[in-house]
Amino acid sequence: MKFQSKTKIVAEIPTASMPDIIFMLLIFFMVTTVLRTYEGLNVFLPHAKKIQKLEVTKRHIAHVFVSKDGLISIDDKIIAIENVDRVMRIKRTADPKLVISLKADKDASMELISEIHTELRNADALKVNYSSKTKTPQS
Amino acid sequence: MADIAFLLLIFFLVTTTIDMDKGLDLVLPPVGETKEIPKKNITNLLVDAKGNVLLDKKPIQIRDIKDRVIRMIAENEKLIISVKTHPSTKYQAYIDVLDQLKLANAKKISIAEPDK
Repeated sequence: MKFQSKTKIVAEIPTASMPDIIFMLLIFFMVTTVLRTYEGLNVFLPHAKKIQKLEVTKRHIAHVFVSKDGLISIDDKIIAIENVDRVMRIKRTADPKLVISLKADKDASMELISEIHTELRNADALKVNYSSKTKTPQS
Repeated sequence: MADIAFLLLIFFLVTTTIDMDKGLDLVLPPVGETKEIPKKNITNLLVDAKGNVLLDKKPIQIRDIKDRVIRMIAENEKLIISVKTHPSTKYQAYIDVLDQLKLANAKKISIAEPDK
């Protein structure tokens, strides 16, 4: 005796909306892709445990790179310490929500870091984020 | 049509890097703002050039700072932790100390200028 299926439903994945989904994904990735990223200086970021995500979007972040040789770079330009104040002030006036992401090398000296602190305070750019990595080398 | 869309999709999928900037937040004090703070509400944290830490003139291991600070804040919630570094202190040592303070949920952190 042969069994016959009573239902005549065909198992099929509807593909009519597939292009829509693809286009939606395409647009999402096109919008989120940033092709040009600031290279900055070659720094080894320090490690920390309690790190927070920056709450602002990318366009409100100013990256300040500090290498272990004492070079300071903002927007791919090497800047002398005395000029950090002036450059940051321009950025700060253009964008009041500015957050400074300080990407300093873990071997940079505190003398330089505190000079940058002073410069940033003079420029009224007070929100600082010390960029660091999650993994600690010992644990 | 679908091929082109797929190709573009794969291209953008591969090139997208959703990397968020992460780190330790700190708000610097504005210029010219000095406040008189009673001595009992301040605790000094000194970091020397080699990364040794003194908490209220007593040496302390960096990993022990968190527990000590939690206890100190529980005793006095107005406590301000003043971090002072030597000019040649390594940045990593400073971040380690700051990290410990953040782990201890210390909100009032003051960064003192290193002595020249």
